[in-house]
Amino acid sequence: MRQKLLIVLAIMACFTLGATMAHAEKLTLGLKGEPTSLDPHFHNVSANNMQSLYVFDKLVRQDNRQKLQPGLATSWKPVSDNVWEFKLREGVKFHDGSPFTAEDVKFTIERIPNVPNSPSSFTGFVSNIQKIDIVDPLTIRFTTEAPAPLLPRQMAAFPIISKKNAEGASTEDFNSGKACIGTGPYALVKWERGDKIIYKRNDNYWGEKMPWEEIIVRPITNDGTRVAALKSGDVDMINFVPPADVDGLAENKKLTLSESPSTRLIYLHLDTDRDDSPTVSGNNGEKIKNPLKDFRVRKAISKAINRRAIAGRIMDGLAVPASQMVPDGYEGTSKRLKAEEYDPKGAKVLLADAGYPEGFKLVIHGPNDRYVNDADIAQAIAQMLTKIGIKTEVNTMPKSVYFGRASKLEFSFMLVGWATDTGEQSNCIGALLHTYDKEKGFGSSNRGRYSNPDLDATLEKALVTVDPAKHNELIIKATEMGIGDLGIIPIHYQVNVWGSKKGLEYNGRTDGYTLPRDIKVTK
Amino acid sequence: MLAFLIRRISQSVVVLLVMSVLVFGGVFCIGNPVDILIAPDATPAERDRAIKELGLDKPLPEQYMRFLKDAVQGDLGNSFVYNEPALKLIMQRMPATMELAVTAMLMAVFFGIPLGMVAGIKSDTLLGRSIMRFSILGFSLPTFWVGLMFIIIFSVYLGWLPSGGRGETVEILGVPVSFLSWDGIRHLILPAMNLALFKTSLAIRLSRAGVQENLQMDYVKFARAKGLTNTRIIGLHVMKNIMIPVVTVLGMEFGGLIAFAVVTETIFSWPGMGKLVIDSIGVLDRPVIVAYLLITVTMFIIINLIVDIIYSILDPRVRLGDQN
Repeated sequence: MRQKLLIVLAIMACFTLGATMAHAEKLTLGLKGEPTSLDPHFHNVSANNMQSLYVFDKLVRQDNRQKLQPGLATSWKPVSDNVWEFKLREGVKFHDGSPFTAEDVKFTIERIPNVPNSPSSFTGFVSNIQKIDIVDPLTIRFTTEAPAPLLPRQMAAFPIISKKNAEGASTEDFNSGKACIGTGPYALVKWERGDKIIYKRNDNYWGEKMPWEEIIVRPITNDGTRVAALKSGDVDMINFVPPADVDGLAENKKLTLSESPSTRLIYLHLDTDRDDSPTVSGNNGEKIKNPLKDFRVRKAISKAINRRAIAGRIMDGLAVPASQMVPDGYEGTSKRLKAEEYDPKGAKVLLADAGYPEGFKLVIHGPNDRYVNDADIAQAIAQMLTKIGIKTEVNTMPKSVYFGRASKLEFSFMLVGWATDTGEQSNCIGALLHTYDKEKGFGSSNRGRYSNPDLDATLEKALVTVDPAKHNELIIKATEMGIGDLGIIPIHYQVNVWGSKKGLEYNGRTDGYTLPRDIKVTK
Repeated sequence: MLAFLIRRISQSVVVLLVMSVLVFGGVFCIGNPVDILIAPDATPAERDRAIKELGLDKPLPEQYMRFLKDAVQGDLGNSFVYNEPALKLIMQRMPATMELAVTAMLMAVFFGIPLGMVAGIKSDTLLGRSIMRFSILGFSLPTFWVGLMFIIIFSVYLGWLPSGGRGETVEILGVPVSFLSWDGIRHLILPAMNLALFKTSLAIRLSRAGVQENLQMDYVKFARAKGLTNTRIIGLHVMKNIMIPVVTVLGMEFGGLIAFAVVTETIFSWPGMGKLVIDSIGVLDRPVIVAYLLITVTMFIIINLIVDIIYSILDPRVRLGDQN
C-alpha cells in the first residue's frame, strides 16, 4: 500500500516538474479576441489581421504609430502617374525553405478577390490594380486605373502568402496549418480552437530576432478572467486591460502596465439630412422640423459635452479628447482643429439663436457591448445635453441589434466608434462624411447622411493625387470641412492598456495589436 | 419497449421541427449579421457580394427551406465567420464540454449523495446542519461570482491551480481529453467544481429527503428487527430506494449541465461549445446558433429517454411499454 502511494506521488511529481521546467523560453499571451480563421485573406477584422502578422509579412509594414516602413518590399516609388514599382527584399525564405519572389506577391493579389464565402474581404485594397508586371524576381509593378496615391498603404493591409503552398488551398487548409506557411517571425505549430494557438520561432527570419522559442496565444474574452490569468502568472502578458482594473494592477509590484492612444474614435453621428427625423420631437412630444440640420444646434451639442469629464471619470483617464478622425500626429491630420472646449453657456446661446430657447426632445442610441464603457458614455452625454435644455433619453442595445438598425437609419442621434486600421484619414472621410453614394462606394457608414459637395470633390481629388504633400493637404482640407461642419461630433480616442509581468514591457501600438516585435525584455 | 421507443422518436422529430422553426425565426429577428460581419469601410458593392455569398439576400421562408433540405442530409450549414460546417465546429468543441459536465456530475454524485445521506441520518447534529447550510449556499450563490471567487482564491492568492484554459490534452481515439495528464487535471478542477456546486447541493437535498423518508418506512423497521447492521440497512436497502428520484432528477439536470455550462466556460475560458455559442451570438453567426440549439434539443431528448430506461430498471414497477 505504502509503495503504491509512493509511486503515485513520484509520478505526480514528475508531471508537475515537467510542467514547470520545460520551455524556459516560452511566452504566453492572453488576448481578448480569437481569430475566426488563420486564412489571412478570409475575414478583415483586427483579431485576424493581428494574428496573421505572427506567421506572415506584408510588403509594407506599419510601425507602432502606423507610419509606413519597409517590409517584404525594401522600397517603392511611382514610375508614372498610374504605375508603382516595388523592390522586394532579397534572401527571404518561407517557413518551408522556399524562396520569396514576386510570383508570391502576384499570386496573393490575385487570390484576394477569390476567397470563397469571405464575410468581409480584402478586395477593396487591390481592386484598383489593373495589371501586375513581374519585372524580375525581386521587382514588381502595379498599374492602376487611376493615379493611386494610397497604393503603399494598401500594400500594408494584407499579408503575402506562398504560391507554392497555398495554390488551390481553402480557408480550412490555412486553419489546419497545411497552407499556413509564411515568411513571418513565427511558424504555426497548432491551433486548438478556443483554447490556444502555438507558434515556434522561425530561426531564418530576415527581421529582428525574437527571444522566445515558443509563443502561446490564449484567447481569453472575459475581462475579469484575463486580468486574473495575468495576476496568477498563467500568462505573461494581456491586452485590453479594462479601465476599472488599471489602478489595481498598477499597484501590483509584480506587474508592469503600458498604454498607448488608439485610432479608435468615439463620435456622435447625427441626422443632418431628413426634415422629419425619427427620434427628435418638440418638448411636448409633437413633431418638429429636425433641428439637427441646423449648424448652430450641432455646435451647441458639441459645446455642451464635457469631454474632459468623460475621459477622466467615465473612462478612468483612458481616453483622449478628440478633435478629428484620427489622433494628432498622424499623416494628414489638421493642426488647426482642436477638441471642442466645454461651454454650456455658449451652447445655450447658440440654441436660443437657432430658435430653440426651450430646447427639444432627443433620444441618443448606442451599443452597450461594443466600445469601452459605451452605455455609460451615452448616459453622460444625455445628462450634459439635458443640462442645456435638450431633454435627452438614452436607449442602448447589444451591438448585434444596434448596427443593423443604425444602418437602416432608424435613429437620429447615435454614439458610434471608428478605427482607422490603415493609419490615414481618407478611408474614414470616405466612409463617414462623403455623401452616401452606393455606385462609387462612398459614405457606406454615413448614418447621418451628411452631404457636402465641396468635401466630396476635395476627397475625390486627393484620392488621385500621387504627390504626398499635395495629397495630405487635400485630405486635411476635407477633414476641416467635415469636422468644421460637425458632420460628425468627435468625442474621444480610446487608450489601450497592456499588462505584463515584470521583465517585459510593451511598446503600445495605436492599432491595438499585440505583436511580439514590440515586446521588450527589460531584464 | 419497442412501441415506446418508436413513439418517443416520432414525437422527437416533431419537437425538432417545431424547434427549428422557432430558432430560425428567432435568430432572424434579432438582427442582420451583415452589419456586424462586414468591415464598416467596405464598399456597398463589396457588401452586396458578401450578402449574396452568405445567402442572406433570400427571403426568410426560402432560407429556411434550404436549411431544412440540407439539415435532413445532416448538413446544418456553414458558419459565417469560420466558413466551416457548423456541426463540425460544435462537434470539435463538444468533448471539452462533455468532459467538464461529466466531471461535474461525478463530483455531484460522489460528494452530494453521501453528504446528503449523512445530513439525513444525523440531521440534528452540527455536521448535519453544516451540510445543509453549505447546500443553501450552493443553491443561492450565482455561478459566475463563485467562479470568480475560485479564481481569485485558488489561482491569484494561493497560486495552486491555473485560472483558465484547458491545459495539456491527451488523445483517446482521436478525441482530446484532459483528465489523463496532470496539467489537464489541474485545469479541470476549478471549472468542474464551479459547475458541480449547484448540482451537489441538489444531490444533497434529494438524498437527505430520501433518507429521512425511508428511515420511517416499515421495511427499515423490519430490517432493524431482523438484526441487520445499520451499515447494511442504509448502505444497501435505503440507498437503493433513494436512488430513484436522485437518478431521475440528476439525469435531467445533466442535459442542463451540458447545455448551460456557458457561464462557467466563459469565466474559465474553457474551450467548450458553450463558449462557442456565446461568441457566435455576439456576431450573429446564425448557422452555429441554430445548430447548437438543435443539438441541445436532441441531447435533451436522448437523455430523457435514457433516464426513463434507467428508471424502469431501478424500479421494475414502472412499465414503459404499456402506458396506453
